[in-house]
Formats: sequence, C-alpha cells, structure tokens
Amino acid sequence: MSRAFARAFLAIALAFAGGAWALDAGTVHRVAFGDGDEKVAAVAELAVSADPAAKRLLQALADGTVQVSGDRVMIVDGDAGIDAASGARIDPLPESRDDVIVNNRVRGAIDSALAALRLLDPSREVRARSADALADASDRGMRPLIAAALARETDPGIRETLEHILAAMDLRSPDASVRLQAVERLGDSGHPRTKALLLAEIDKGTEPDAAVRRAAAGSLKRVEARLARADFAGLVFSGMSLASILLLAALGLAITYGLMGVINMAHGELIMIGAYATYVVQSVFRSRWPAAFDWYLPVAVPFAFAASAAVGMALERAVIRRLYGRPLETLLATWGISLVLIQAVRTIFGPQNVQVENPAFMSGGIEMFPGVVLPWSRIVIIGFAAAVLAAVGVLLARTRLGLFVRGVTQNRAMAACVGVRTARIDTWAFGLGAGLAGLAGCALSQIGNVGPDLGQSYIVDSFMVVVLGGVGQLAGTVYAALGLGFADKLIESWSGAVLAKIAVLAFIIVFIQKRPQGLFALKGRAVEA
Amino acid sequence: MMLGRLYGAKAWGAFAAAAAVVFVVVPVLNLAVPASSPLHLSAFGVTLGGKIMCYMIVAVALDLVWGYAGILSLGHGLFFALGGYAFGMYLMRQIGADGQYHVDMPDFMVFLDWKTFPWQWWNSQSFLWCAFLVVAVPGIVAFVFGYFAFRSRVKGVYFSIITQALTFAVMLLFFRNATGFGGNNGFTDFKRILGIPIATREMRMALFAITGGVLAATLLLARFVVASRFGRVLAAIRDAEARVMSCGYDTLWYKLFVWTLSAILCGIAGALYVPQVGIINPSEMSPANSIEIAIWVAVGGRGTLVGPIVGAGLVNAAKSVFTVAFPEYWLYVLGGLFIAVTLFLPEGVVGLARRVRRGGVR
Repeated sequence: MSRAFARAFLAIALAFAGGAWALDAGTVHRVAFGDGDEKVAAVAELAVSADPAAKRLLQALADGTVQVSGDRVMIVDGDAGIDAASGARIDPLPESRDDVIVNNRVRGAIDSALAALRLLDPSREVRARSADALADASDRGMRPLIAAALARETDPGIRETLEHILAAMDLRSPDASVRLQAVERLGDSGHPRTKALLLAEIDKGTEPDAAVRRAAAGSLKRVEARLARADFAGLVFSGMSLASILLLAALGLAITYGLMGVINMAHGELIMIGAYATYVVQSVFRSRWPAAFDWYLPVAVPFAFAASAAVGMALERAVIRRLYGRPLETLLATWGISLVLIQAVRTIFGPQNVQVENPAFMSGGIEMFPGVVLPWSRIVIIGFAAAVLAAVGVLLARTRLGLFVRGVTQNRAMAACVGVRTARIDTWAFGLGAGLAGLAGCALSQIGNVGPDLGQSYIVDSFMVVVLGGVGQLAGTVYAALGLGFADKLIESWSGAVLAKIAVLAFIIVFIQKRPQGLFALKGRAVEA
Repeated sequence: MMLGRLYGAKAWGAFAAAAAVVFVVVPVLNLAVPASSPLHLSAFGVTLGGKIMCYMIVAVALDLVWGYAGILSLGHGLFFALGGYAFGMYLMRQIGADGQYHVDMPDFMVFLDWKTFPWQWWNSQSFLWCAFLVVAVPGIVAFVFGYFAFRSRVKGVYFSIITQALTFAVMLLFFRNATGFGGNNGFTDFKRILGIPIATREMRMALFAITGGVLAATLLLARFVVASRFGRVLAAIRDAEARVMSCGYDTLWYKLFVWTLSAILCGIAGALYVPQVGIINPSEMSPANSIEIAIWVAVGGRGTLVGPIVGAGLVNAAKSVFTVAFPEYWLYVLGGLFIAVTLFLPEGVVGLARRVRRGGVR
C-alpha cells in the first residue's frame, strides 16, 4: 500500500521534473496562441500523440489552468508551474500572466480529445462511456486516435460505436472514394444514429458525388430494414408482455366468471391484495433478512396466492354464495366489497403507493438489438404467466378438484347426485380464482406502482378479456389476452396509448354485438339466463 | 286530463307537499329569511339540494330501464356527462372575454393555442342549440348503441359490462385535449346564463326551482310510461323476454324506446347539474360513478318510482354528511350499502316500508 503510494509519488515528481516530458513546441504554441481553427487542429494533434504529457496539457486546458507569459506556455498549479512544452519547472512564476482563451468550439474539441484519450483506458465502463460521448464528434483530426483505439478494442458494443464514429468522420473527407467506403460501411452498422447520418448523405446539398449518394441510398435501405426488424421485435415483445399481464389478471376471472358464472367486480381488488401481500413479504425480508432479500419473491408468490385465496373464500362464504343465480345483484354486492377492500387497504397501509423493489436478478435486461432492451422483469413475468396457465390447465383437466369443478359447472344437480359436495366445490373454485388474482398482483408489483387503486385499472381490461374469449373455457381467455395485448400495442405504435385503448374498447363493444357468446363459445344450445 | 289517473288522492297529496317544499319553503327560507336567523337556508344548502335533485332525476331514469325493463346500465354517468358537456359548452361561451386571457374563447383553447373553434363547438353560443344538444347527443348515442346491442340480444350482465366499457372509453376520449372539451380539467369558472350572472342568490334559486320542476315532470312522465300498456309490455319483457317475443311483440323497439328516453332524462339532469355545481370534467364518466347510480336505485327500491328518489336522497345526504365528518369511513358505508341492500333489502327502503305497513315482516 505505502509502497504503491511512494511509487506514484515518484512518478508524479518525475513528470514534474520533466524526465518524460517533451511536447512539440510548435503545437503547444499554436494551442495557446493560435486562432480557433489552429487551436482545434493543435488539440487534435495533441490527442493523437497519446502522450501522457499531452493528456495533462489538455486536461489543464479544460480546467483553465494554462497561462501564458510572453512566448512561454505554462500549466499553473497554485504558486508553482511547469513549462507546457518542455515540462521544466518554473519557480517563481513570472509576474504578468494571461489566461489562454478557450471558446466553446475549442472546449468541445478538448472534451472530445479527452474522451478519445479515455478510449485507451483499461476499464470497459470508461471506454464505453467515452465512446458514447464521442458518437456525435466528427472532427477528422481525431481519426488516427479513434482508429488506434478501434484496433485495440475487443468489446463488440464499443467496436460498433467506434466504427460508427470513424465512418461519420470519413463522411467529412474531401475525397469521394473515402466517403463512398464510409457509406458502405455504415450500411452494416447497427448504431441507432446511422440512419440520420445516411439521410444527410442522400441529400444533394451535403453530398455532391452522385455515386456516393446512390451507395448511401442503398445503405439506408439496409439500415432501415434492420431498424424495422428491431422495431417489430420490440413491438412483439411489448405485445407479449401486455398479453401476459392481461392473461394473469384474467385467468382468475376466467374461473370465477367464465366457469362459475359469478360476476366478481372485486377481482381487481383481489389482485391488489396479492400485490400488497408481496409488499408485506418484501418488507419483512428487508427488515429481518436483508442478506437474503433476493429470495423474497419465491416466498411472496405462494403467500400472495394464499392471501387472496383466503379473502376470496371468505367472501364466497359470506356474500357471494347467497346471490348465486342473481348476476346483477352479485355485480352490485361485489362492487361494494371492492370499495370496502380498497378503503381497508387505505386504512392499513395508507393512501399512498408503496414501494416494491425488484430482486437483483429481475433488474436490468437483455439488449436484443441496439436500442431494444428487454427488461428481465417482463421476461420473468411472461414465463410466470405461461407457468401459471399450464398449472391451471393441469389442475382443471387432471386433478380430482378440477374434475369436480367441471362437473359442477356443467350440471350442478347431476354432480350433487353422484356425491360431489357442490357447495364446498364452489368455495374452492372461487378460492382458486381469487388466488390466481393474487398471483397476478404479485407479478404486477414487480413492474408497476402498488397502491389501493391498483385493481381498478385492471378490472375493465380483465372483463374484456373474459367476455371476448367467451365464457366457459380457458383457451378462449388465452387467445383473447394474446389478441388484446398485441392489438393494443400495435395500435399504440400508430396512434398513442389512449386512442389505442379507446379503439380496443370500441372494437370489443362492436364485437359483442356480433358474437354475444364470445370468440370461442362452447357449441350447443344457448340457455337463456 | 289523465293526470288524475296516474296517482291516487293520497299520492297527489304527497306530491303537492313535496312541490310546496321545493317551490315555496326553500325559496322563502333562502331569500326572505335573514342570514342571521337559524331558519335561514344557506346558498350551500340550496346548491346541495339542487344537486341531489339532479341525481334523483338520474335515478328515476335508471330505474325506468333497470326496474321496469330489467336492463342494468353501468354507463348512465356517460349520458349525464354528455348532457352536462353540451350545456357546459354554452356556459363556456357565455364567459366571453372575462376569462383569464381576456379573449372571446375558452381559456383552455387559448392555452392550447387554438385560433378557431373546432367543429364540435359550432353554434355553441346559442342557448337553444345547446339545449337541443343536451337532448340530442345522449339520445342519439343511446339510440345507436342500444339499437345494435338490443338487436343482437346482448342482455343481462353482458350488457352491463359493455355499457361500462362504453363509458370508460368515452372518458378516456374526453381526457384528451385534442377532443376539444378541455381535457382533464373540463369546463369550469362559469359566469353567466343568458347574460344573467350565475353566482347570485336569485339565479341559484331559479336553477333549484327549475330542477325541482324537471324532477316532478320526470316523475309524472315515468309514471305515465310505466302505467301505460307500453309499461306492461316492458315489465313482461323484464320477466320473460322469450315469451313476449313468442307472443309476437318486437321487443327491440320497446327496449330501445325506454333506453333512449332514460338517456335523454340523464342528459337533462346533467345539464341542470353543471351550472349549479360549477364544473364538469371527464371523471363524471368514470365507471365508479355510473355504478353508484345503481346503488341509489337499489337502496330506494327498484321497480317503484318513489324508490329511486328516496334512495338518491338518502345515499347522497349520507354522502354529504360522511365525506365532511368522517371522510375515511364513507367508502366503508357505501360498500356496506351495496352488500347489505343486495343481501337483505332486495326491494329497497320502499319495499321494506310497504312490508312493514302490511304488517308482514317475514
């Protein structure tokens, strides 16, 4: 530790002593006394030299600690100073000194020169940041430095940015063949700003050479095709993501409304309870086991299911059971329940939104294309929705409970005759639907705000999914969720979120007129309710 | 004429008593009794009364379709708001150049840098045109929506849910600035009606009395509809639509007529509501508002015409008390009402009173 420190001290002392310091006196003179163009050119020369002394001088210029006295250029630090060209120590400093004027244009050149020098930094982070900072700079003087950095660079992301910068610089070349090459290289670039560069290059005003313009048009086409593919992939992903959320929110409803025929307006609030259950588990982990914080989510999933299922079963026993066969009354009573639940949550947790933090493995994302990042949280939720769907499918199709639920749904009296305890099955089935709402809440807590009104924003959507999908089966719900999710995102990409929502609602309203039984209604004679 | 047949002598007596309260007692207490007297009725009280009477009109309108035709609409707030917006346009034009920017244009349009009125505002400076819109817009929307819904025999819970989706969609539409109705903020800061300042005691009292008059007319009209042959067919549709169709009735037009009538009544109520409350914004169309109307009717007793009036009065009076005294408990009360009424009072307060009078509480 102390040895390293001593070594660093020695290095600095040596630098001040002027051992390794030797900059071209002419360049230093021009940086200090030249006009704007000369200064910019000299800055580039300094940067290209990649000399540590040049770097120090540039930094000093950026910090405003370079002064001149007569013909002499000095880097001043307090009372002491060194000669900028030779590195020789100047003590005492001359009495009359002037600051070197650095205007905005020169300052820009200095900043990009320093960024370019940082491209040689050993840390990948630093290099990536300085490459991004340079993405707009196109001073050709810096080209050799960028080319050198590119030759040494191994990271593909940074290489791409650097290639883009080089091509952009070459576009400024007076030589048409250099420009032509640059344009062709840009056609392979995946950088998001490539399109703007090429757009300028097909313009007669900026590009005099017809061959280059033609090549630029060709490259532009390739870039646009690639961008369109990336856009489309992004769209598909966000559609998938929305569909998975709709599916989670609607699956529970597909059981309580779709199978049992109970219209439960408090479904959204059961989702909210699941989200708050997740919040509670998260808070407990934070205060008790902060080290295992990332593991709160696997615990929260069953907890959210259980919390919502318990509330749901209690509601079924206390209220909904008495209203079977009276759907409009059920609607009103469950709406009342939803109001009570909202206010109860406000009383317990306060009216503000609560913060649910993602576990570490859910933050961040994969960059599929430049500019298209798929967040892990969304990917996990898509997988989660698929898993829940599979589990519900198996539960209904392969287990005894599922058999009983289907039996009671299809023919209650007959099921009762063969010994199924229909009342108990109702409670369990409703609990299952409520628990699924809890799972939806757990998932939603990972991507959005958790507040007392959380459920209200999903109730209309989930009913739309179930109504569109058709009552009586799960497959319809799945198709409807997928369809609505994609349709919503697709329309949104043309017309904005609100109009998309309105369009989807309008579509459903019209659709219901055509097929009142939904998209995938069970075949058979419709029984009048 | 046939008014005599609508009600019995006792009911007419009650009707006259209520009318006396609205047209004589309240104006005297508000205008003639000095403010220092404990009997004085404050401006707030008058406005609250007027507001609740608007709600009563809406409740009667909903009861016509729900209680008598079995169609539960969860979108009546939409028609109410459409009427309110239609009349609100006129009120906005009456502000003239007295707005914040002193331009003869609503403030929000100046704010959005609009130079001319959008097409929706055509002729909106005319009182008669806007009064026509108050009836026409909700009526046409309801007619078109109802025609398609009833024709394809959407009914029951399905119908309820798509009316909810309808009002939700229109609410989102009105939230947009580009729709041309003031976006989130809607219309407010009204100054005049027909050139008369809106904030005076006399104007307030006039609006109150007009609302009372419209409520009375609504009640009589509803009674007339319900007691007619038409009303009997409606009740039959409610109880067994398939049989009514088998008897050769085209139920579509019966339902459509009462549905459109109900929407128009809501629109009128909305138009009366806006100048008294002084604001209209898209949240009036939120699904929660519409579903609350259903609870007024359910509390009072659906299938009777007095019921909705009693229910709207009771629930809103309770709301006024609770939201001031115990704001955090109001949702518990409202939610509890929804549950308790559906479970224990299927015929509402009026039904309960009837049963008690007959001496037969189960």
